[in-house]
Amino acid sequence: MSSMVNGKKAAQYLRTSKAPFLTRVKESEQDKFAQQAVAKAQDAQWVKREAARQELGNWEQWRDLGEQIRQHVIRYLPDYLEEFSDNVEKRGGHVFFAQTDDEAAQYIKQIAIEKKAKHVVKSKSMVTSEINLDPTLMTVPGLEVLETDLAEFILEEDDWDQPTHLVFPALHKNREQVRQVFEKKLGYKGDNDPQHMARFSRKVLRKHFLEADMGITGCNFAVADTGMINLVTNEGNADLAMCIPKTQVVVMGMERLVPTMKEAETMDNMLARSAVGQKLTSYLTYTAPRTGQESDGPDDFYVVILDNGRSNALGTVFEPILQCIRCASCLNVCPIYRHIGGHGYGSIYPGPVGSVLSPVLDGGYDDFGDLPYACSLCAACTATCPVKIPLHQLMIEHRRIMMDDQSQANLIDDTVMRVMGLGTGHSSLFRTALGVDHTMLTPISKKQPETAKNLFASDRHVEWMPFVFGGWTKVRDLPDPPKHGQNFRSWFAHHKKEQQA
Amino acid sequence: MKVVIFSTCVVDLMFPNVGKAMVEVLERFGCDTYLPKEQICCAQPTFNSGYVKESMQVMRNEVDALLSVDADYIVGPAGSCVNMLKELPFHLRADPVYAAKAQTMADKTYEFSQFLYRVLGVLDAGAELDAVATYHRSCHMTRLLGERTSPFVLLGHVKGLTMVPLPHIENCCGFGGMFSMKEPEISKQMVDEKVNDVLSTKASVLISCDPGCLMNIGGRFNRRGEKITIMHLAEVLNHNVDMSRVKYVEGRSAGDGAVSSVRAAKEEGALV
Repeated sequence: MSSMVNGKKAAQYLRTSKAPFLTRVKESEQDKFAQQAVAKAQDAQWVKREAARQELGNWEQWRDLGEQIRQHVIRYLPDYLEEFSDNVEKRGGHVFFAQTDDEAAQYIKQIAIEKKAKHVVKSKSMVTSEINLDPTLMTVPGLEVLETDLAEFILEEDDWDQPTHLVFPALHKNREQVRQVFEKKLGYKGDNDPQHMARFSRKVLRKHFLEADMGITGCNFAVADTGMINLVTNEGNADLAMCIPKTQVVVMGMERLVPTMKEAETMDNMLARSAVGQKLTSYLTYTAPRTGQESDGPDDFYVVILDNGRSNALGTVFEPILQCIRCASCLNVCPIYRHIGGHGYGSIYPGPVGSVLSPVLDGGYDDFGDLPYACSLCAACTATCPVKIPLHQLMIEHRRIMMDDQSQANLIDDTVMRVMGLGTGHSSLFRTALGVDHTMLTPISKKQPETAKNLFASDRHVEWMPFVFGGWTKVRDLPDPPKHGQNFRSWFAHHKKEQQA
Repeated sequence: MKVVIFSTCVVDLMFPNVGKAMVEVLERFGCDTYLPKEQICCAQPTFNSGYVKESMQVMRNEVDALLSVDADYIVGPAGSCVNMLKELPFHLRADPVYAAKAQTMADKTYEFSQFLYRVLGVLDAGAELDAVATYHRSCHMTRLLGERTSPFVLLGHVKGLTMVPLPHIENCCGFGGMFSMKEPEISKQMVDEKVNDVLSTKASVLISCDPGCLMNIGGRFNRRGEKITIMHLAEVLNHNVDMSRVKYVEGRSAGDGAVSSVRAAKEEGALV
């Protein structure tokens, strides 16, 4: 499934796995290393992120500001896109509006062919994964593509393994796995000390930077009133990818704008603290085509602005998802991501943001309909989001569309939920249920010694339930409901009688 | 003062001990309690599953039921369900008549611990429990209702009770209402981590303000054959009570009635 933008197929490359959802969940559960790595990263990030936010002070007011800036940009998106592209062109750059992934990738491929590029260096960018750029470029004979972000470099060397996190793409790999990849693919002879391997990579990458003739980066923020691109990195690889090659291509989602440098400063502050728990990243760069007086920067500067299903959100309840600045702090607090990891989601955009965004880009629920249900609605994502996207509420909105509007549930589950709606909406029905629940469950309840004390009013519990309720007893015991005469309402009635007497 | 008991469907169906403890504690502090029999459920089971249309009647019924007694306050024993009552004016926004009624209802609704601490000003409820316990901080109560103080203040004053911190207190226990049934494969991993965290504290009692979470964590303890005693905060505060121990927030005393804004709870910390 893919959505259509003006009659053209979009969002075709979001999936990272063809396996069904439950298979992916099972595979993730078996990958104990990846699970522990995610848990450890979440715990460490929690401390760093909260400290960095606290240090800034008045975090809730910063969030209000972040939300206002992003909402404002989305509301006036056409105006800011026009202002930005005018300013890029005034500086001598070129802007291309791509409606779909293929359009964007083909445009960039054409640039590479025209420029006779042989060595393309890339810095980390989710949106280039979204448009399937690397495989597209590699169809050009004699052209080589190199990912220069250390984690992306590792994934590329490991036969283009898929990223599992928006900010830490190789989170699922341990140092020994990395060493083996380096040894096999690059002839690395050292140990698995991350510092040694990073130093080795630096040497390999530096050589490629110096011979690169085309650089491709993503874009954290595009500043409308200057036509500049803002990038935040910790490795400096994006700066080299921008400064050395003669041709530079920037790929950005169409929502990634800020009005001026002032708002960019606010957003950078919130992004670095939210994404990696730092005041700022090691490198914070603003760039644009080289003008006459400047000593470095590209001669040819192209910006590709991508829709690819984003416009599906405009004017709908899902519009707030376009506020996202890809800090991934929602992944870092999500208890579901903690267990199923990026692989479980099966989208290049995993975690809470991915569960909301993937079906929006995809324009339907065929590929990612499971994701909005892979959420306990704990709202940790909503609470941490620096731009206040109501993520958990948007999960419910997806569910509402799937159930109420599209009736996607199977007949039995659907009937159970509708009966539940009736039973909790009409008090005579509910009181009937209160009267018979004990009797009905007695045949399937078991008498056994309980290890959880004070949870089970009787000495019986239930280990098997029919329908969707079976999911409960698959994992845990259900208390046997009290007999009618012993339930809370009966007690209360009796209690009031005693008080009056 | 007149207090309507918002019993919640889980307490009505499963946990008479929780409802009873809450009523006894409230009455001890001078509340005249009422239990409107038309009430059923806050609508989360259907609403959160995407059955929004089917939830409208559930919500309207709950609003009417809870307003059927002209009380000063509405108090419930579950942070998640109380938060849902607070959201009802928003969910019923397409129906101005019910949205207005829901607002009247929501404005006087409190979760049990916040009612005791923030409205009645109770610091020490006079209870005694000789145990080492840990507290599960439920997600909706913490993040959506914004209540992250009251239970800890009240537990901190229980005689004989030693509270030990729960590792990963910020993480969901895997309940999530219908999530626990629809996604058992994921929910199991979450509740197992929670059970392991509780075990690591060596506490003998697990306390919370949400019966749903307790039913989930306790049910998993039982399935695994691990020992624990499950208690709702109301049961702890109703244990071995000696009213001579009762203490109030400075400047307050019994029968003051009261009003401290719950909004203050939301401003106490970053919403993490």
